Amino acid sequence: MSDSVERPNSLRSGPDDHGRFGIFGGRFVAETLMPLILDLETAYEEAKKDPAFKAEMDDLWTHYVGRPSPLYYAERLSEHLGGAKIYFKRDELNHTGSHKANNVLGQILLARRMGKKRIIAETGAGQHGVATATFAARFGLPCVIFMGATDIERQKPNVFRMRLLGAEVVPVTSGTGTLKDAMNEALRDWVTHVEETFYIIGTVAGPHPYPAMVRDFQSVIGREVREQMMAAEGRLPDSLVACIGGGSNAMGLFHPFLDDEGIEIFGVEAAGRGVDQGDGHHAASLTGGRPGVLHGNRTYLLQTDDGQIIDGHSISAGLDYPGIGPEHAWLHEVGRVNYVSATDREALDAFQTCCRLEGIIPALEPSHALAHVIKLAPTLPSDHLMVMNMCGRGDKDVFTVAAALGVDVDEN
Amino acid sequence: MKTETRLDKKFAALKAEGRAGFVTYVMAGDPDLETSFEILKGLPGAGADIIELGMPFTDPMADGPAIQAAGLRALKGGQTMDKTLDLVTRFRQDNQDTPIVLMGYYNPIYSYGVDRFLEAAKAAGVDGLIVVDLPPEEDEELCLPALQANINFIRLTAPTTDDKRLPAVLANTSGFVYYVSMTGITGSRDIDSGGLKTAVQRLQTQGKLPVAVGFGIKTPSHAKMVAQVADAAVVGSAIIDQLAAHLDDQGAATEGLVPAVLTFTGELAGGVRSARS
Repeated sequence: MSDSVERPNSLRSGPDDHGRFGIFGGRFVAETLMPLILDLETAYEEAKKDPAFKAEMDDLWTHYVGRPSPLYYAERLSEHLGGAKIYFKRDELNHTGSHKANNVLGQILLARRMGKKRIIAETGAGQHGVATATFAARFGLPCVIFMGATDIERQKPNVFRMRLLGAEVVPVTSGTGTLKDAMNEALRDWVTHVEETFYIIGTVAGPHPYPAMVRDFQSVIGREVREQMMAAEGRLPDSLVACIGGGSNAMGLFHPFLDDEGIEIFGVEAAGRGVDQGDGHHAASLTGGRPGVLHGNRTYLLQTDDGQIIDGHSISAGLDYPGIGPEHAWLHEVGRVNYVSATDREALDAFQTCCRLEGIIPALEPSHALAHVIKLAPTLPSDHLMVMNMCGRGDKDVFTVAAALGVDVDEN
Repeated sequence: MKTETRLDKKFAALKAEGRAGFVTYVMAGDPDLETSFEILKGLPGAGADIIELGMPFTDPMADGPAIQAAGLRALKGGQTMDKTLDLVTRFRQDNQDTPIVLMGYYNPIYSYGVDRFLEAAKAAGVDGLIVVDLPPEEDEELCLPALQANINFIRLTAPTTDDKRLPAVLANTSGFVYYVSMTGITGSRDIDSGGLKTAVQRLQTQGKLPVAVGFGIKTPSHAKMVAQVADAAVVGSAIIDQLAAHLDDQGAATEGLVPAVLTFTGELAGGVRSARS
């Protein structure tokens, strides 16, 4: 496919004026929302140029989130795999336990600039919901989190965390009660409360300008890696690996490196029980889906022949979204990023390997990235520098992992 | 110059009669294909001047619970785009007069293929399209090809559509303009009568097209009130509520369903027709 798609001089210049990355992206929303989306775009363009906006963000990144996150040489894992030299970008050490804080901080500062009085967000696994509830508490803004009823059942600790932080968690029973339905409900809330509400989307998806804006806020990850790797090794890495649900942590790591041609980039989708098991058994939109339009953008989607959306499956609630950010869809078509997948089983194995060898309990999401690292690293020379984004910590997942391993936590 | 469409003719006829039109919305395939066809066939006789036929979608982001549920019932019953177009074909065998507007979301159309869809829709006897998630910014996707195929593309305008934006929204709209009488999702709130007249007149002046008002009409008196100020009143959720009230425990149609829906439609039509007498 890469031959047929036009590739611009820089891969970092998108989106175009229509919010498109090639044919992907755009603004596929109801007319009611269009004026808000245009306002948001204007406000964001102004904020980007305002040194005070950046200064406030930098200050809170340092003192509240805990940035920069370390770039850590995973020595024992590297030795164990016997190939590439593996580094973890430790974004799981951020306040709230994942990379989600990077984006929520940016958007909530923008909401304040725009004079918005109420924050809403969708959440799947609850990490974005917790990050949003946290910053809403920090800035004294009322906050409503939409979460699928099925996910609420799967992620009870995060639901309680959000409530502790003062957020209202609204169970979404429409559709199948998962992330996509939570996003539908958040969009419905937004069209009903257009004037006062700011919708904080948690990933690099949605109508323009969200995919670009979330990417920009997350790109702090990749910018830090560039500096940190130069300091540690005197050169840039040879490869990058990150997991992908919607794809915000991956885009944050990848984007600053897209024009460095020698660097190989891998995005790892969730293959669930296996992409070859068919619809409903995986969440690999690029591997098992095709282009369509949902939630404001054109991208690869899991869908039936008749254009109806299919629910994804993954052991990781943060990856089972039936779509993917439009910039990833484009990077897939131009062939810049290699999109691969890892199954539930591979992720579980990687999860345990990381716990035992590195003393780090990873979230199930980056465990998918780690599964690919485990496949790739042994095939590479010892001077190959590989960076994997450890985008979240696994405390939230211990019950899921216990269940998958057949362990009764209460009995131990 | 475009030829006059069935929608243009209908609004001209309504104007000659000196009354507002009554637009009904039902979901294709809800609760099953044949019941849905019986309703469709009966709507003109019950007083519907124009029919909006919903194309079911798994993720109807701008719709409230009633229409969400209707779409899921239809999908569960096996409704597809081909079956929806086939309903229109069958309807047209006996009715050449009542315009049909397909309403829904872009993905099922995009998945079907825009050119293939427009060809099939035209052949079936579809007169217009309302695609909720295609604002003017995305006109090249479907709006312009539809106009090329002489199918009307009807746009939603909202209270949030300001003066700066209105010309762009109206630019490629044809057939009629659909004014969403409040911000929010379908069927969610009661009508605010205060600003409605002003809003409709603003659209009539700027758009030079008939203005239909929807989202919130639940009773014959609501319908009458809207018909006093607009060129047409649209009712969707309230009709679907009637349908849903006549489903059995398994979600299947009961014997009384079709008559109940058509009787209720007739009462609403009465409200519309009494508005300017």
